[in-house]
Amino acid sequence: MADQRISDRRPWTFYALGALFGAYLVFLYGPMVVIYTLSFQGENGGVTFPMVGFSLTWFRDVFAKGQMADVPVSFGRSMALAATVCALTVCISVAAGLGFRRRFPGSGAVFYIAVASLVMPSLLVGFGIGLGFQFLGIKPSLFTSALGAQLTWTLPFGLFAMFAVVNRFNRSWEEAARDAGASGWQTLRHVTLPILLPGIIGVAMGAFTLSYDEYARTTLTIGPKNTLPLEIYALISSATSPMLFAIGTLTTGISFLAIIVTLILVLRLQRRRGRLAKAD
Amino acid sequence: MDNRFDVELVAVTKRYGGTLAVDAISLRIPRGTYCCLLGPSGCGKTTTLRMIAGHEAVTDGDVLIHGENVSDLPPIKRGTAMMFQSYALFPHMSCLDNVAFSLKMRGVKKAERHAKAKEYLDLVQMAGFAERLPAQLSGGQQQRIALARALINRPRVLLLDEPLSALDPFLRIKVREELKRLQRELGITFIHVTHSQDEAMALADLMVVMEDGHIRQAAHPREVFEKPVSPFIARFIGSHNVLRDGRGPIAVRADRCRLGSPGDGPHVNGQIMAIEYQGSMVRVAVKTDAGEEVSALVPDQAFYQRPAEPGDSTTLVWAEQDTHALAEA
Repeated sequence: MADQRISDRRPWTFYALGALFGAYLVFLYGPMVVIYTLSFQGENGGVTFPMVGFSLTWFRDVFAKGQMADVPVSFGRSMALAATVCALTVCISVAAGLGFRRRFPGSGAVFYIAVASLVMPSLLVGFGIGLGFQFLGIKPSLFTSALGAQLTWTLPFGLFAMFAVVNRFNRSWEEAARDAGASGWQTLRHVTLPILLPGIIGVAMGAFTLSYDEYARTTLTIGPKNTLPLEIYALISSATSPMLFAIGTLTTGISFLAIIVTLILVLRLQRRRGRLAKAD
Repeated sequence: MDNRFDVELVAVTKRYGGTLAVDAISLRIPRGTYCCLLGPSGCGKTTTLRMIAGHEAVTDGDVLIHGENVSDLPPIKRGTAMMFQSYALFPHMSCLDNVAFSLKMRGVKKAERHAKAKEYLDLVQMAGFAERLPAQLSGGQQQRIALARALINRPRVLLLDEPLSALDPFLRIKVREELKRLQRELGITFIHVTHSQDEAMALADLMVVMEDGHIRQAAHPREVFEKPVSPFIARFIGSHNVLRDGRGPIAVRADRCRLGSPGDGPHVNGQIMAIEYQGSMVRVAVKTDAGEEVSALVPDQAFYQRPAEPGDSTTLVWAEQDTHALAEA
């Protein structure tokens, strides 16, 4: 056996793992880059390479009336639904996360029941909800059955995330607040929520994105009016044109915009806090 | 109304389900006392502190502050303030806002509460750090902010939960001097939970030694050190040898023992197990023939006049008046 020497040189495994990671990045982002590129396909081009010129035709098509699909309207529906899902998920999972800090009889069972929905086959959950609504004679729609179906997915996720966030929360912060005479509500408002805020924003963004591109649970509970992912799927199965790619590029752009806006808000919040402290 | 006492505990009990954490303890803390609750972990000292603070309900018994029964009152109505073990400073607020927090909760206007908070930052010599966030401070600095936050309500009793445990040994000694000075200047009672007998000895006017949810001895540290009531106290307080003579258990201070010969007075024979040089003293650890572990703290000059080695047979000798009889354990 060669004797082991200490050296500053990186071992070969560093390069091997680096290459693996590089391959992973290509696998992850390659297809998306292809789609973004192809969305600028020329007017006579198809859904594959080569690029035949360059145009914004397909983007125009997205917003044109009289298409098979009504992308802007379904996008609006998706945003409204995602915003609702996000608000509900944040409220409920923050409350539950705080509540679960104190163990109570049956808390384990309640927790497992609450998160079991994460491992249920999503299509079946949607199917079950759809059937249930039909059985009760209620018409499925965006803010009833579809909202419920999405919550079966985002709530367990939010609960899990809040557990992790709340775990790092030091109880003596609340005691210190109470010691200083803060009421329960004041403690929540001035101490608990501000300290948990970064985690809460994380849950909100997670819930929003989960809802925004949910397909399996929504498809059987949505009723007659589609959300964006359902609309896209309908488009794919009926006709393919680079317009699909344009939709992909647009929605990605919107997602990035949402992330950037959130980050700016968070940064401004922090800076305002810093300024407040300085102004005193 | 009896106002000679800042805090009185009357048969205070805490039960968690079936386990008894604090068992009907009674204690009177006179005005302006530096009181240390001392004991091994799990002895109930922190629970006792938290019951005085109002962060833990008493299962039974009463807590009186300035003669008033506060057992059912929330912390702010008790006239107590607590400094938490890890300080529990609010990480999202500047030091100034941390200190001004309770004033804000009471609806005091911003200018007024900040002026007041600055006074208290001055008191703990942290005026220059008003705008910093707690994470930007050292442990010792955080502790001062926590102290200012606790004092701003002018508490009648300040409760400190292991306030020095997060500091390095060097700082610990400095900060404990400051705590004592502050207590004297403010003239209020401090109740300080610790598991370090050094800390308690250095600070306390009243040292309360707890074990198993009971108070085993409550007295001035000097009395506890010179007249421990039981083998537990003698061992816990340290620097004592617990032995038996014809009448029962006895304690002999290690610094009153020397290495000598059986003719010199009360003594015990044994073998030297270890020798530790400690600067001004040398600690000689001895295993007696009966198997007890004892030690002698011998002045360095005396030791090096007649040095000894581990393994040597020896006799630990002390004077008759240094034998202190203990209650049966």
